[in-house]
Amino acid sequence: MANYEIAELIDWDARIREKAAEFGLSWYPQEFEICDHNGMLGYMAYSGMPSHYPHWSYGKSYEKLKTLYDYGVSGLPYEMVINSNPAIAYLMRDNSLLLQILTIAHVYGHNDFFKNNFTFTSATRAELTIETFKAHALRVRRYTEDPSIGIEKVERILDAAHALAFTCRRNLSIRKLSREEQVERAIEQAQPRPDPFQRIHPRAEFKEPETRRVPLEPDEDLLLFIRDHNPFLAEWERDLLTIVDEETKYFLPMMETKIMNEGWASYWHKKIVESLKLDQGLHLEFLVRHNQVLRPIPGQINPYHLGFKVWEDIYRRHENPTPEEIRKYGAPTKSGTEKLFEVREVERDTSFLRRYLTEELMRELDMFEYEARGDELVVDKVSDEEGWRKVKETLLKNVGTGWIPVIKVEDADYGHTRTLYLKHYHDGRDLQLEHAEKTLAFVQRLWGHECVLETVLQGKRSLLCYNERGFSMRALK
Amino acid sequence: MSDTIFREYRPSDAERSDRSAGDRLRHREKVRESIRENIADIIAEESIIGKNRDKLIKVPLRGVKEYRFIYGENAPGVGTGDGNTQPGQVVGKAGKEGQGKGDGKAGDQPGVDYYETDVSLEELIEIMFEDLELPNLERRTLREIPSDLSSKRKGYRHVGIRVRLDKRRTARQRVTRMMATLRSRHHQAALPAADASAEPPAETAYNPETVPTPPPVAVKKRFPFHQDDLRFKHLETDTREDSNAVVICIMDTSGSMDTMKKYLARSFFFMLYQFIATRYRNVEIVFIGHHTEATEVTEEEFFHKGEAGGTFISSGYQKALDIIAERYHPSLWNIYAFHCSDGDNFDSDNPAALRTAKELCEVCNLFGYGEIKPLGSRYYESSMLNVFRRLDAPNFQAVLIERKEDIWPSFKAFLSKDRIKEAS
Repeated sequence: MANYEIAELIDWDARIREKAAEFGLSWYPQEFEICDHNGMLGYMAYSGMPSHYPHWSYGKSYEKLKTLYDYGVSGLPYEMVINSNPAIAYLMRDNSLLLQILTIAHVYGHNDFFKNNFTFTSATRAELTIETFKAHALRVRRYTEDPSIGIEKVERILDAAHALAFTCRRNLSIRKLSREEQVERAIEQAQPRPDPFQRIHPRAEFKEPETRRVPLEPDEDLLLFIRDHNPFLAEWERDLLTIVDEETKYFLPMMETKIMNEGWASYWHKKIVESLKLDQGLHLEFLVRHNQVLRPIPGQINPYHLGFKVWEDIYRRHENPTPEEIRKYGAPTKSGTEKLFEVREVERDTSFLRRYLTEELMRELDMFEYEARGDELVVDKVSDEEGWRKVKETLLKNVGTGWIPVIKVEDADYGHTRTLYLKHYHDGRDLQLEHAEKTLAFVQRLWGHECVLETVLQGKRSLLCYNERGFSMRALK
Repeated sequence: MSDTIFREYRPSDAERSDRSAGDRLRHREKVRESIRENIADIIAEESIIGKNRDKLIKVPLRGVKEYRFIYGENAPGVGTGDGNTQPGQVVGKAGKEGQGKGDGKAGDQPGVDYYETDVSLEELIEIMFEDLELPNLERRTLREIPSDLSSKRKGYRHVGIRVRLDKRRTARQRVTRMMATLRSRHHQAALPAADASAEPPAETAYNPETVPTPPPVAVKKRFPFHQDDLRFKHLETDTREDSNAVVICIMDTSGSMDTMKKYLARSFFFMLYQFIATRYRNVEIVFIGHHTEATEVTEEEFFHKGEAGGTFISSGYQKALDIIAERYHPSLWNIYAFHCSDGDNFDSDNPAALRTAKELCEVCNLFGYGEIKPLGSRYYESSMLNVFRRLDAPNFQAVLIERKEDIWPSFKAFLSKDRIKEAS
């Protein structure tokens, strides 16, 4: 099926880079690896990493992907890129020449995004990616092979750690305050404010700031919190928690920018491929493939499609705004390209959509909100005059890491019994109870004492408990 | 800026790097483990009883599901429509995890988790009995007879009987010999000429098209089959020492046995049969239904025909003894008998039942009695368990089955009798 030679790809790559540089993209050195479907399935199971620590869940993921692929339920991606320096991308061997050209151009879009977007630059160190993952794999393997530890014990910790991994900070570019800094801040806040009318006011009562509580401020990094506050964990157990936390934080920026990133890469692959002046046959194939990737999927959100539309809209509104748009959003102060590059650097999905997904665009995309009623998903609101704000709000709750409930550690010594008190910051969406129960059991496994989770279930504040006697639940007043 | 690197596809690399093999293996072990842990529940499911061995069964997997804190059902989602979506329109089915994450790519987000897998009944039974850790069942020497019913094909021989002549191989052998002969003749002819352009002989031997035309005389000459060409299929009879077993299922078909009771009995018989079938090559099964009289019936009748009337348990046992005496001599057969009843026997029959049960114990490897009392009914119905308490044969076991969950433990208890006997 493959109708190209490597030499051709190298040639096209050079032309693509030339164009990309003209457009102003900047990227890490790029490496491409041609692989077959087995290789691709393997990379997919391990999130694209050339080396990764072993765990049965990746075997499961492989089996699942392979079954879906073998039965034709889902295809394989044309490429996969990982955020590293040099960036590594995998190309499917069986793709046609045009698909490879399109994919290479697309990869440079991602690469540029990795190198410049703040979520990546502030939270990950691309030049260390490969080595970090390799080191993690080495450490986990060493624990597995250690006769005093062994695979069963390692899995016991990893299973629990994987379950809790996403209960962590979302915006990694906000620095986490150390305990000392938190104490300092608490004391500072407790100081009386300067009052120009001190003489005539009764003296404000000084309240001693709370500085002994652990944690002082609710802590989102559940794994790290347990690592640092459960003295009964062995050194290797702490290390496993660290490894899982580090990997999660490597992948967080990807989740946080899924729509932007895919949209950006699609926007540029279109620009670049169009500027390559392909001959007619290739160009027609390009149109077909491009539209396949970017087609809206009815009833769902295709991140490629949505992202692409928003980027295009940003550019258009800065180059050719309609008079009405000028009235509504003001006259553009920057050129379209300038704006695009600025946005690519400083936004993530939530802020990107909040700022740049306009009411008009939502209407054009026919966005709607649905909810479950009985066995069916029913459209609740559409993007009309009244509905669009609500639809947008719901969308913002679901993009990025919005699908992960916010749960924080409130107290490590609740009731002076070393009970770990977690609180779910309820935003209208209830937790799935079966999952909550099983996951809480994992918290207890790592914490070693009773764990409780405060949440809201069907409008009632409830406390889920997990201790050595098992799971229980009660209502809170 | 440094140049882009392209790493070409190399099949050798691709074959070598099956990196997920270890993790897949571990996952499968987990699946198996999960099945084993839930085996009692799975067996209790109605669907597997009486199925054919190749049938695939959906087994729920609990141990390999990955849990996380996620949102439940009241979390609304957003989608894009075709341009004309109206409030109230139905856009999909609810209740699927991962719904609404319109993300056609391998993602970093957990999607739909599967928690069922297909297992063949064969495999399931294997796991079941693996769990039992049973010793080899007692088999006396006398009962071991070589079962030469099956024979396996094993290679080819030069000598054999006519019916086993393999014509294809024989013909091929002849052609091989012919080519060899021709080649050597040709070779001898070509040797003095020392033709540099002559093709290597090895090639000519394998490719009939490039065989240089041999001298016409050679072709014309007949080339008959030779004794050495003959090839015979060789069969080896499987002389594995093997033994016979008979499973005698006795069931109370009196009016008091309702569907639920019959179902429980059936599950038990099913497992007993499957188990015996894994241990012996030749297994026969006998169904005896009884109320006040006993008859040998077919499987269909056994499970479906309801009869009315009272119960004489001894009649069933007597029938079993008769059948054993008639067809299954204990010196040749391993006999497993099991009786299921609700224990509602006529009091006057109890002494006879006890006596015949004793006799059965003497001829059987294992004899069991399962009293089926769906939960709650045991307090007001009479029970045979008290009667059988007086029977102290080492290979007898009486069990009480109240729910489907009890089947597996009682089955284990039943078979453990055999183990004790072996130890003694």
